[in-house]
Amino acid sequence: MTVHTVISPDKRPGMAAEGVVRSDAIATNSAAHRKLFKARVPIFPKEGSGQYRSFKWAMMAITLSIYYLTPWLRWNRGAGAPNQAVLVDLAHERFYFFFIEIWPQEVYYITGLLILSAVALFLVNALFGRLWCGYSCPQTVWTDLFIWVETKIEGDRNARMRLAGAPWTAGKVFKRVSKHGVWLTFAVATGGAWVFYYNDAPTLLHQLFTGTASAGNYFAVAGLTFTTYALGGLMREQVCTYMCPWPRIQAAMTDVEALCVTYRRDRGEPRGAHKKGDSWEGRGSCIDCNQCVAVCPMGIDIRDGAQLECINCGLCIDACDDVMGKIGQPLRLIAYDTEANILRRQQGEAPRYRFVRPRTVLYGAVLAAVSAIMLLTLTFRHTLDLDVMRDRNPDYVRLADGAVRNAYTLKLMNRTGQARTLQLAISGIKARQVRLIGDGEIVSSVPLHVDADKVRTVRILVTVALADLPASHSLIFTLAGDDEKREVETVFVPGEAR
Amino acid sequence: MSEKEVDEVSGTQTTGHEWDGIKELDTPMPRWWLGIFWATIVWAIGYWVVYPAWPGINSYTHGMLDHSQRDEVTANVAALKAARSSREAALAKASLADIQKNPDLLQFAMAEGRTAFGDNCAPCHGAGGQGAHGYPNLNDDVWLWGGKLSDIEHTITVGVRSTSPETRESQMPAFGRDGVLKPAQVDDLAEYVVHISGRPADARAVRRVTALFADNCAACHGAEGRGNRTVGAPNLTDNEWEYGSTRDDIRDQIWNGHGGVMPTWGGRLSPEEIKALAIYVHNLGGGE
Repeated sequence: MTVHTVISPDKRPGMAAEGVVRSDAIATNSAAHRKLFKARVPIFPKEGSGQYRSFKWAMMAITLSIYYLTPWLRWNRGAGAPNQAVLVDLAHERFYFFFIEIWPQEVYYITGLLILSAVALFLVNALFGRLWCGYSCPQTVWTDLFIWVETKIEGDRNARMRLAGAPWTAGKVFKRVSKHGVWLTFAVATGGAWVFYYNDAPTLLHQLFTGTASAGNYFAVAGLTFTTYALGGLMREQVCTYMCPWPRIQAAMTDVEALCVTYRRDRGEPRGAHKKGDSWEGRGSCIDCNQCVAVCPMGIDIRDGAQLECINCGLCIDACDDVMGKIGQPLRLIAYDTEANILRRQQGEAPRYRFVRPRTVLYGAVLAAVSAIMLLTLTFRHTLDLDVMRDRNPDYVRLADGAVRNAYTLKLMNRTGQARTLQLAISGIKARQVRLIGDGEIVSSVPLHVDADKVRTVRILVTVALADLPASHSLIFTLAGDDEKREVETVFVPGEAR
Repeated sequence: MSEKEVDEVSGTQTTGHEWDGIKELDTPMPRWWLGIFWATIVWAIGYWVVYPAWPGINSYTHGMLDHSQRDEVTANVAALKAARSSREAALAKASLADIQKNPDLLQFAMAEGRTAFGDNCAPCHGAGGQGAHGYPNLNDDVWLWGGKLSDIEHTITVGVRSTSPETRESQMPAFGRDGVLKPAQVDDLAEYVVHISGRPADARAVRRVTALFADNCAACHGAEGRGNRTVGAPNLTDNEWEYGSTRDDIRDQIWNGHGGVMPTWGGRLSPEEIKALAIYVHNLGGGE
């Protein structure tokens, strides 16, 4: 750990420089203050303003809007199909996403989506550090929202700290009750929004308020209300620091060229209080005002360097810029920068930003490849499908004259919104008889009606004469409709020779 | 009474007990643990109020919800019956041939038949109806008592050698055990049966018992051994053997005259269930 020298003892407690108040904030979660087991020391982040704060507000508005409003978007799919744009229809085993409808058999699309998300996260992390953690992670967004509520009701940092230590007067009770009440309202809305993704939103909203929704929905709302309230309101930064695996994974994946919120120690040190009129010669720009610590929602000191707790939200950049402006020093003492650039500047080189590196190229390539595969499979996906299951109990049936019969259960899938007539044909085997249960004998092919967006199950019996058994080991089922065709080759068991 | 004291190293109070110089720390429970502990107690009290909890002498506390799993099952069964009732009624009315032609009814009958088969028939005939030694295979095209839908329905209703007065009835004599035929004759007859089933056999033995077969066996199995469904006599010329195909198996059957029993299901299953079973068995593949 770097040892920082404080060049002048603080002669005027409370002032870091002319016009800049020194904060008494303590970086409660910095390595020096950390113990293995310790009750949480509450953090009272100061509300800041500036470029990154504005960006964070905007991201909060965007992400929350997406989350709360998406279930209310409508998408016309014709009669008999749900008209909700995004819907996970568990009862009917369908996932609707605008023009895409996914069946349970196609769950690999979800896998693809998860791979895409993971690789995108890696790529963004390699380029710009933990942007996800700082601006878009639900934990960050709701924590930020809840801190905003807290600030509006209880006041900013100092007022909140005073309130925490104040005796329980009616005023304090009122503030606390209001705060938790508003938190709970947001939490209920969050849980409520979640269940809308699984049901028709307008119908469910009505049911929820009239008490006619299913118990599962109420439990889901209650559960998510609790988790939102507890994680966003009460646990906050502890979730990121102690519960989330990503900071650990990220720490293993980052490198010195990744942009991170960085204290430019090459410029800031040696730090110390500055008196108006004193020379800036021989000292750093950091006046040790602790404003970066006061605004930090994670309770750390960015001047300790890159650390697991830092979510890269940039609020300390805003706070520091504010101070630098006041004392007439160049901005961005804290900035999105790389560890490599600090070393370069210390060696008198110009800083460089290397976005094209082996790892970013690799992540980019994987991202492009997976996206292309997903796009291709989605574009050329079949609207009909055929599954063939051969009976295994009994494996085969020997008839009186020595002929052998195998039975197959076929699932004919029609993924379109219209009922279709599909042609089923059997080839590749010399069969004495092919019979469709409930329909009779199939000569060459048979037209089968399959309802819109449904699976039809049929049973087929294939009998092969004794003389043809030695050459009969497989057969091909072909399902055709419109311009599509699906072929499934399956086994024929001729049985043991007698 | 032991003294309370504070441990110097940890700063925690001890329990005051000492065992061979070892003292136990009285570390307080973690707060989260205590919280959950109290929450479970509160939960339990709430549970007593809402749900059935305490036993009494003749009854029990019913709780505010008056919840009963027995009622729930009854309600579920009733709901299921109601949901099935229209199709069940259709099944009762429709003829077997009509059911076979109606895809919706056929699917319903097959589903009901499959369940009924698993519950009642599978122990003897096998889960897939593939049969076993002494129990006919229901998949193939060989039927002792007929393979038409109506035949199958009748067999299920009355059973074979069952307690029903209308039962399908026949008995192969135990030719050897009861001393009707001599052992050598039984051996020769077995050879004869092997011969008519199309397999190589001792020609002299076959000649020796040709007349004997006509006298003793043809009455049920027919002059050519092709069987007779009115008495459930199996065809001896095909590839299917209920009691085994080897010479020893055949000799054993002539000697002992095995005849299995199938219970009558007429009184135990509803006519609709039997109908569904007939459809199911017929559609296993061998139905005529």
